[in-house]
Amino acid sequence: MSEDLVVSIKGLSKVFRRGDLTALQDIDLDVERGEFVSLIGPSGCGKSTLLRIVGDIIPPSSGSVTVNGKPARRARLDRDYGIVFQSPVLYDWRTVTKNISLPLEMLGWDRGRRSKRIKEMLELVELESFGSHHPWQLSGGMQQRVSIARAFSFSPALLLMDEPFGALDEMTRERLNLELLQIWSETGSTVIFVTHSIQEAVFLSTRVAVMSARPGRIAGIVPVDLPQPRTAATREDPHFFELVTEVREKLQAAGADEVTEEATLQ
Amino acid sequence: MRRGIGRALLFVVVLAAIWGLWEGYRWLWMRQSWSWPFVVDDTSMPHLQDIFGALFDPARVNGPLLITILWHSALFTAKEAAVGFAIGASVGFVLGVVLAHFNVLQRGLLPYIVASQTIPIIAIAPMVVVGLGNYGIAAWLRVAVIAAYLTFFPVTVNTLRGLQSVEPRALELMHSYAASSWAMLWKLRVPAALPYLFAALKVSATASVVGAIIGEAPSSIPDGLGGAIINFNQYYTLNPANLWATNVIAACLGIFFFLVVALVEKLVVRRPPEQRA
Repeated sequence: MSEDLVVSIKGLSKVFRRGDLTALQDIDLDVERGEFVSLIGPSGCGKSTLLRIVGDIIPPSSGSVTVNGKPARRARLDRDYGIVFQSPVLYDWRTVTKNISLPLEMLGWDRGRRSKRIKEMLELVELESFGSHHPWQLSGGMQQRVSIARAFSFSPALLLMDEPFGALDEMTRERLNLELLQIWSETGSTVIFVTHSIQEAVFLSTRVAVMSARPGRIAGIVPVDLPQPRTAATREDPHFFELVTEVREKLQAAGADEVTEEATLQ
Repeated sequence: MRRGIGRALLFVVVLAAIWGLWEGYRWLWMRQSWSWPFVVDDTSMPHLQDIFGALFDPARVNGPLLITILWHSALFTAKEAAVGFAIGASVGFVLGVVLAHFNVLQRGLLPYIVASQTIPIIAIAPMVVVGLGNYGIAAWLRVAVIAAYLTFFPVTVNTLRGLQSVEPRALELMHSYAASSWAMLWKLRVPAALPYLFAALKVSATASVVGAIIGEAPSSIPDGLGGAIINFNQYYTLNPANLWATNVIAACLGIFFFLVVALVEKLVVRRPPEQRA
């Protein structure tokens, strides 16, 4: 196995006993260190399920997930995962600072080390002056930035992001896309990112994994060779549009035309 | 500041309204000689000013003022209620935590916990208060047990509900940090349950005062408000205002307990404005 392989998924399937639904079938996917891989597909294709299996939140029915050469469960116990959900999942009773501090407390960092890291993270997500605010005093976009800061704070080996910007407006979303890329390049993290926006997937990723629905399978991989670092200008690059078209065609070929429309509208 | 003045004003207005209702009802029923639902006279409904006036008269000839006597009774009952509240809240909380963690216990025990509250307190108070006396436990502490008995139930039910109110994503987040169940409890479940817990504590705070007063009766403890109520009850036809005045003091004690819990809640629970009671 390559030293630089962070995630290795082999022959993974997931059958939900209730309704006898095959959510995922024969998934094979490798993710290398420093990669940013997006999972895209129609609603119900199991992309979130796949992410949750990788993070050992739910078990697979068959097949294996290896993270940093370890089974997913071991990786979770070693705190190799940072997770960002669609909702920020901040604790109302904790201030912004305390929310970011949560995983660091779990790792047993001492106070000094924690506050130093929290300060860095607040700078990274440009919320320096909001440390003592409570989550409900922030806008949705700011809350999600806190959630991202929390996920990156302990430099986990693998970031799992489940439609983190899905609930935000377009403007906020594009700004956070840029911010996320900046954090990603500064921290050199590895990211698996679930989305159903084609543009977002292409803009962010080094590779886009296109999934088909029922049962969920990986229908194709689109390598994104747009230059780094990506900027607002990247979205106007003709090659960006070519890649968006390529992903769209792969989605359609996977039998997801009706959902692609919905995804494009977002 | 302006809100404070508004509140004080509202308090005075409501107080005046209650006074108006009481005295108006009294006046109308006495004028019309209505006897339904009960005959109104100076015995059944003394003037409010007489009730408050009684507080500042001596209860016995050459004795101390009634309010002095009741102040000491209230302090005694407050001690029972506070200790009972502390025991009941602790037991209730621990029980809620245990039930939340063991589904089997929850299904097995919860019916009996509910049943425990359907037994009239008057029926078990003598058994508990007299029974514990055989073990040489101080009288006021036995009464505190009754107060605890009334306190624990709302706390258990709401702790259980609060601990289970945590959204699944928040649990998954802790799971992803490989959090121990101890960390899960103290860093997530308990803080999330605090609003539920305090809702119960506010109910329990007043219930513990009621429990203490009821608990004093069967053991004939004369030192508290329960003793005062029994005493003044016997002389009701002679001096009804004394009993009413005692009730006012008992109510004030309950309100005081409630306010203390509400204040602690304000200091401890940090929630978005729309979730605050």
